[in-house]
Amino acid sequence: MTKNLRVKSSEYIDETNRISFKFNGRTYHGFKGDTLASALLANNVHLVGRSFKYHRPRGIMTSGSEEPNAIVQVNPGTNRTEPNVRATEVEIYEGLDASSQNCWPSVEFDIGGINNFLSPFFPAGFYYKTFMWPASFWEKYEFFIRHSAGLGKSPSSSDPDIYDHRNIHCDVLVVGAGISGILAAKNAAKNNFKTLLVDEKNELGGSTIFENNEFNKIDNKTPSEWLKKEIKELKNIKNLEIKTRTSVAAYHQYNYLLARENLTDHLEAKDKKNKIRQRLLKIRARKVILATGALERPLIFNNNDRPGIMLSSAIKKYSEFYGVACGSKNVFFTNNDSAYESALSLYNKGINVEAIIDIREQSESKIVKKVKEAGIKVYWSHTIVDTAGYKRLNGISIMKLSNDGTSVTGSKIFISCDCLGVAGGWTPAVHLYTQSGSKLKFDEEKQIFLPNQNTSEQMSVGSCGGDFKIDEIVKNLNQKLKDNLNIKETDLDNIKVEIDQENSKRNIWLLPSDKPLGKTKPFVDYQNDATAKDIKLALREGFRSIEHVKRYTTTGMGTDQGKLGNMHALGIIADTAGVKMGELGTTTFRPPYTPLTFGTIVGRNVGKFFDIFRRTPMNDWHVKNKAEFENVGQWKRAWYYPINGETMHQAVQRESKAARESAGILDASTLGKIDIQGSDASEFLNRVYTNAWSKLAIGKCRYGLMLNEDGMVYDDGVTTRLGENHYIMTTTTGGAANVLGKLEDYLQTEWPELDVYLTSVTDHYATASLCGPNSKKILKKIIPDLDLSDENFPHMSFKEAKIGNVQCRIMRISFTGEHSYEINVQASYGKDLWEKCMEAGQEFNITPYGTETMHLLRAEKGFIIVGQDTDGTMTPIDLQMDWIVSKKKYDFIGKRSLYRSDTMREDRKQLVGLLTDDPNIVLEEGAQIVSELNQNPVEMLGHVTSSYFSPNLNKSIALAVVRGGKDMMGKKLFVPMENKNINVTVANPVFYDEKNKRLNV
Amino acid sequence: MFLINCPYCGERDQQEFKAGGEAHIERPKQPTELSDDEWAEYLFMRKNIKGVQFERWNHSHGCRKWFNMIRDTSNDEIKAIYKMGEKPPSQ
Repeated sequence: MTKNLRVKSSEYIDETNRISFKFNGRTYHGFKGDTLASALLANNVHLVGRSFKYHRPRGIMTSGSEEPNAIVQVNPGTNRTEPNVRATEVEIYEGLDASSQNCWPSVEFDIGGINNFLSPFFPAGFYYKTFMWPASFWEKYEFFIRHSAGLGKSPSSSDPDIYDHRNIHCDVLVVGAGISGILAAKNAAKNNFKTLLVDEKNELGGSTIFENNEFNKIDNKTPSEWLKKEIKELKNIKNLEIKTRTSVAAYHQYNYLLARENLTDHLEAKDKKNKIRQRLLKIRARKVILATGALERPLIFNNNDRPGIMLSSAIKKYSEFYGVACGSKNVFFTNNDSAYESALSLYNKGINVEAIIDIREQSESKIVKKVKEAGIKVYWSHTIVDTAGYKRLNGISIMKLSNDGTSVTGSKIFISCDCLGVAGGWTPAVHLYTQSGSKLKFDEEKQIFLPNQNTSEQMSVGSCGGDFKIDEIVKNLNQKLKDNLNIKETDLDNIKVEIDQENSKRNIWLLPSDKPLGKTKPFVDYQNDATAKDIKLALREGFRSIEHVKRYTTTGMGTDQGKLGNMHALGIIADTAGVKMGELGTTTFRPPYTPLTFGTIVGRNVGKFFDIFRRTPMNDWHVKNKAEFENVGQWKRAWYYPINGETMHQAVQRESKAARESAGILDASTLGKIDIQGSDASEFLNRVYTNAWSKLAIGKCRYGLMLNEDGMVYDDGVTTRLGENHYIMTTTTGGAANVLGKLEDYLQTEWPELDVYLTSVTDHYATASLCGPNSKKILKKIIPDLDLSDENFPHMSFKEAKIGNVQCRIMRISFTGEHSYEINVQASYGKDLWEKCMEAGQEFNITPYGTETMHLLRAEKGFIIVGQDTDGTMTPIDLQMDWIVSKKKYDFIGKRSLYRSDTMREDRKQLVGLLTDDPNIVLEEGAQIVSELNQNPVEMLGHVTSSYFSPNLNKSIALAVVRGGKDMMGKKLFVPMENKNINVTVANPVFYDEKNKRLNV
Repeated sequence: MFLINCPYCGERDQQEFKAGGEAHIERPKQPTELSDDEWAEYLFMRKNIKGVQFERWNHSHGCRKWFNMIRDTSNDEIKAIYKMGEKPPSQ
């Protein structure tokens, strides 16, 4: 297996740069410029993988991204490993390590190969049919199915590579840099369109770059020579950006395309270091020119999948571009002239071509004559009926094809060969075109789907638009450029093209064999092992829709998405069902065109960049004082401040006691703050809150509850009247953005007549909440000249003051039930304010407390937290907050809904307090509540919404929503848990200081 | 991802915007005088058409302005965009 199959020096292969790489543990050599596939072929390695279902040996089939068989695991066993990579796209580098997939213990000897012999027992829908019964066995089946399912192995630790995203805006995006793409890009850029040209390969030129057919000439040069000159000129054109190794993955509506740019995969480890591996380009293009080319079709015949059977065009590319002979005894099998080009190309390089099998009766083109002159035997009207060789093709059997193409006659001829090039015609690569939402039409004459109805500013040029011959390409491209880009002259006006005209083709979707179909294996989808038999079986079983047949047989569902076989599947269905292909339609082509790594999709959004977070101005202090944090919306809030290894429970008990006994301080900067101004501000508040606002005096605060139009509680908070037409509203931390959005919505759309302006000032103020019986003394120390007497500064009022030179707003409001002040300063003074409070409070043992203690303290007072004690199904009546719903106001958001029959039901879930009979048991939040233990099924009355151990009451307390709970005061209920039932009693939700005496302590 | 021509800011990517449901549903001026059924009609019932639909959109990560859009929901083609309070352009 070491014979050298290099046939000539190619300008794309640097033979002075020898590269060693590993495949399946063995070291091989190739040259700079090789792909893994071309290097393996040069080493005479065809067997590279096993098929998914039958574990049949498979070889390299193509030379591009459409490869179904040669998919490999790159860098196995490392954290950079990547499965399902096409060997035809991997550029080799020193140190590359790759291995076969889907085989064990090795690709040469694969235990799973037994499936091939059992294949009569694995028809289409095998899993659906077999594992239905008995139902209880599914878990056992699943174990085995899971084990054998999936392709390749994902890495087991995180990906160390860097990925990136970039937005690109351009006038013209050209996808594909073959002859059409290059000419389109050149002319667009020359006409002052900002143009981007992308191609998935590392070299420009597509297949024309190695097109040396002597009968095709552009300006008296071979297409290859001519195109090379054009490519050279591209470098001097302004307005043109070219990206190679860039594969367009998705084409979305409004000309929004995603492309993956591969930056370092072709480099060796030392050159990859600290560089971006792949970049996702988010392209917004005014116009898109699709020049994605065409994919050669295989032919569907018995045992058409052996290693050594390849696309004819791939054999040509390996020989012309990579300088590699794929075999030493080559045969071609074709239905059109392209195989003759490949044959001649091999012949000209001294590679042996044994024969050409052509299913046509004849062809008169010059190239066919030339092949005959070269002495290559052509078998007209013949077809291959079988192939031989297990791990490598060693021969084919051919027979004469009947006139109608459905059967074979005569005697069998055996031809020995080690490589077979198959040419079944060309399928335009319309994948991206249809992804954009544009529609295809079937061309009965050419037997291909072609672009028909464009939905955006786009055009398909070259072979993806149905033009295969260079003269057609140039002529139609010229016209399309002029029409679509509105330009008068192009480079193409004066190009002279000569071509070999013959264009005959005989299309037979499924070629006959001497054996009945049931005894043959004509593969349609190589990767998923779907055969023509399976498709016919699906039709016999009643499947008619192409989408159903696809799913039942898994045709076209592999990582290659059926780029090679989908057309044949359609053809076989159409022939069998007796319908026209155009009526059948195609399956949906979905993004991505070729697989994308997860890294490319997430880009930089990993680790600490995974999500946005917000920190308060006091954050540094919290960190320095060892606070634990919790996420509230996007905020990082101090949760509790453990001292000397305290648990959360211990810290919270200490903090809660301190806040009630002396003084506590909370960072409340995260509360939403909305500045409301305008002559109709009071009226606006009347309409958005349930209670009345017109009579709120300047300098006073009021608690408000906001509903949705459906009557359910949406948000709450205290709003302060700063002036005649000026209020500041506070919202919950998590609800701030939504509340502002909702208020803006009403202002702009329902009440545009109101003179009101809303501004979010959440980030502009830092807020320290000072609470506890000593809070007044502490504030007095900080602002000695402010009169803090209850007469001058009572509960629910506001003062403007100065701490040193810093202006501050102080609200005497309380979420804990204690005497407390919320001090607001400009955000940049937040930390300073906090430190001043801590310093002044030192003699009173001021204790910083976090959100957990805040929650506990408010629960002792029975204050709700919107989103914890409510869930979008609670009205204020359900919350027993009838006092806040104005009966006098004519209207407010949600008012009408409070009188719907459903919201007025007596047996709605209502907020109550719960006390456990054993005061030491703390209920679990979310636990269900029942009234009967021996009922089956038991009726769920509601659930626990908040639950804590109160150090101030020295017992466990909870809030809960219970069906009809309002009338259950004192009733005994149960909270059944996994191991025990907890006895509880319904209680008043205000557990502490019911008379609010502590507000004025 | 479509491009939306905000009437205040110009053409921007869809991710700057929030859809706000069906347009031209006016909040009743006197909700308390409506029957449960009439209120439910306003509150819950939306057409959700496949085809040309009148919608509200908000440039939530831009100027925060609401505006109206006529969009074909079957292919996301935007037929027209006009400001709040304006009448839909005749098609």
